[in-house]
Amino acid sequence: MSAAASTPARLNVSGWRQLFRDRPIIPLLGLLVLLVVAIELADPGIVGPEWAGVIMRASVPLAILGGCQTLAMLTGGIDLSVAAIASMSGFVTATLIHSPGGVVQGIIVVLVVAAVAGLLNGIGIGVFRVHPLIMTLGMSFMVLGLANVWQLQTVQTGAGVPDSLRWIGSTTVAQVVPYNLLVFLPLTALILVGLRRTGYGRLLYAIGDNPIAARLSGTRAWQVLIVLYVISAVMAAIAGLLISGLTNTASVSLVDTYLLPSVAAAVIGGTSILGGRGGFGGTIVGALILTVLTALLTVLGLPEPSRQVLFGAIIVVVAAAYTRVTAEA
Amino acid sequence: MSVQAVATQPERAEVLVTFVRRNMWVVALIGLLAVLLVFTKLIQPTYGVAGVQGLGISILPLAFAAVAQAIIVIAGGIDLSIGSVMALTSVIAASFMEGQSDAFGVAVVVGVLLLGVAIGATNGTLVVLTRVPDIVVTLAMSFVWAGCALLVRAAPGGAASPWLLNLVIGPFANPWIPKAAIVLVVIVAIIWIPVARGRVGIALYAIGSNQLAAFRSGVPIGRTKILAYALTGLFATLAGLSLTASTSIGTPVPGPYTLESVAAVVLGGVSLAGGRGGVFGPIVAVVVLQIIQNDMTFLNFDPNYALVAQGVILIGVLVLGSVIEIRRSRR
Repeated sequence: MSAAASTPARLNVSGWRQLFRDRPIIPLLGLLVLLVVAIELADPGIVGPEWAGVIMRASVPLAILGGCQTLAMLTGGIDLSVAAIASMSGFVTATLIHSPGGVVQGIIVVLVVAAVAGLLNGIGIGVFRVHPLIMTLGMSFMVLGLANVWQLQTVQTGAGVPDSLRWIGSTTVAQVVPYNLLVFLPLTALILVGLRRTGYGRLLYAIGDNPIAARLSGTRAWQVLIVLYVISAVMAAIAGLLISGLTNTASVSLVDTYLLPSVAAAVIGGTSILGGRGGFGGTIVGALILTVLTALLTVLGLPEPSRQVLFGAIIVVVAAAYTRVTAEA
Repeated sequence: MSVQAVATQPERAEVLVTFVRRNMWVVALIGLLAVLLVFTKLIQPTYGVAGVQGLGISILPLAFAAVAQAIIVIAGGIDLSIGSVMALTSVIAASFMEGQSDAFGVAVVVGVLLLGVAIGATNGTLVVLTRVPDIVVTLAMSFVWAGCALLVRAAPGGAASPWLLNLVIGPFANPWIPKAAIVLVVIVAIIWIPVARGRVGIALYAIGSNQLAAFRSGVPIGRTKILAYALTGLFATLAGLSLTASTSIGTPVPGPYTLESVAAVVLGGVSLAGGRGGVFGPIVAVVVLQIIQNDMTFLNFDPNYALVAQGVILIGVLVLGSVIEIRRSRR
C-alpha cells in the first residue's frame, strides 16, 4: 500500500530505480555513450576505431588499479599503496634490465616484492586490525622510501624501460586493438569469474556486507583479507609495468597521479566504499568514463587547471546521482 | 569480588583512572617526545636554540593540517582535500599580499580565513546533501580546489607581508621558545577549546561516535557536520597561511599534507571510527615525526629512510595499540 504503487507514473519511476539498482552498469554505459557523443560533437570526426584504441589503451591500467580498489572496497577497505607499488614495479624492472636474468628476472622480482608488500598489508589489516586506510598509507610510505633508496643505489648502472614492456604497454594491432588487452582480458575474466562464481569472491562480499554475520557463519576474515591484499598488490604491480611501458618512463612517482582516479573509477562504477556492494564490471566502465572525460576536456581546449576542477565536480555529481538513484526508497 | 571492590572505591579515584586511561595515548606520546629530545641532544651535542627554532617553523603547516583533520575525523568524517585547500589559500594569500601595505595584508589574511571557512562549509554541505561517503566527496573536491589553486597562479610565486613572516619566524621572549609554537598553541586554544567545551563540541563528538544515537538525542546531524567541515576548512587555511609565511611564497601544487595529516591524526590517538581523541595528540605526533626526521639527518641516514621510518612507525604504533586492545578485551 505504499505511495509508489498509487499511480502508474510512480510505478514506472520505481521500476527504473529498481533496474538501476540491480543493473548499475546500464546507466553507466548510458553516461559513457553520452560522453562519446559529446566528444564527437566537440570535434567532429574524432571518434573512430583508432580513437577507441587510444582510449582503451589508456583505460586498461586505470581499470586494473580501479580493480584493486574494487576488491578492497568490497570488504569495506581501501588500498592506498597501489600507486607506490605500481611505480616501484615499473621502476625496479627498468633498473634490472642489464641484470643477468634480464627483463624476466626483473618482472619476477617486482611481483615478489609486491606480493610481500601486499602480505604485510593483509597481516596488518586482517590480523592486527589496523584500519586499511592507515595500513596501506604506511605501506606506501615504506615502498616509496625504499624505492628512492634503490634509485640512489642504481643511479650509476643505467636504466631504461625494456622493449618488451613498451611493446605490450603501448603498441596496438592495426592501430586499433592495444596489446595490453593480452594482459587485461585474462585478468578481467579471472576477477569476474572469481567474484561471481567462487566461494572466495562471495566471502569478499560477505565480509564487507556484514562482518559480524560473516564471522558467526564461520568465515576467517583474516585469511580472506591477507589473500585479498596480496592479489591487490600483484595487480598494482602489473598495472605499473603496463603504465611504465605506455609512457616509456620509469620513475618512483610515475603512478602517483593514478591513485585518486583509481578510487574514483571504482566509486563511479558503483562499488560502495562502505563494502558489500559493487563489482569489477562497473569499475571498467568507470575507468572508461574517466578516460573519455579527460579526453573530452582536452578536446574542448580547456587548460589543465579547469580540467581538474571539472573532473572533480563531475565525480561528485555522478556519485551523488548514483547514491540518489540507488538509495533505499 | 572484583565488582564489589570497584564499587566500594571512592568515586574520585575512578575519575582519575578514567582521565589517565583516556589520555594514556597522549601521555605516552609526550614521554616518547621527551626521550627523543634527549636522544637528539646525545647524538648532536650542538643541538640547541637553532634546532628548536627550526623545529618550530617546520612543524607549523603540518600541525595546523593535523588539527584540521583531527576535528573532522572526531566528527566521524575525513577530509582528503586539506592539502589542496592549503595550496589554494596559500597562493591566494601570497598573490594578493605581494607588494601591498601591511594593513592590506591583514585584510587579505582575514579574507582568506573567511574563504577557508566557506570552502570547508562547501565540502560539508556537499557531504550532507549528496549523502555520498565523506571520503569520496572530499577526494573529488581535492581536484576542484587544486585546480582552483592552479587557476589563481600557474607557478610558485607571490610574496608574504613582512609582518606575517615576523609573526612566525624567530624567538618569542626567550630564545628557546619559537614564535611559531606560541602562534600554534594560542590559535588552537582560542578556537578549539571554546568549541570543544561547548554544545557544539559535544555534538561533534556525538555524531562521530554514534550518529543514530546523536540523531535520536536531538543533535542536528547535518548542521553539526557542516560546522565541523567549516572548522576543518579554517584550520586548513591556517596551515596554508603558515606555508606562505614559512616559505614567503605561494605554491599552487598540493604538498604531501593530506595523507600526512591523516597519519598524524591516527598517531595522535584519534580513532578513524570517529568520536574519540582530541587535537593535542595529533600536534604532539607531528612534532615527534619531525624530530625523528631530523635525527635521521643527524645520523647521516639517507633521507629516504625517514619516509620508510615514518611508515614503520605509523604501522608499528597502531599494531601495538591494537595488540594492547585485543589483550584487554580478552581479559
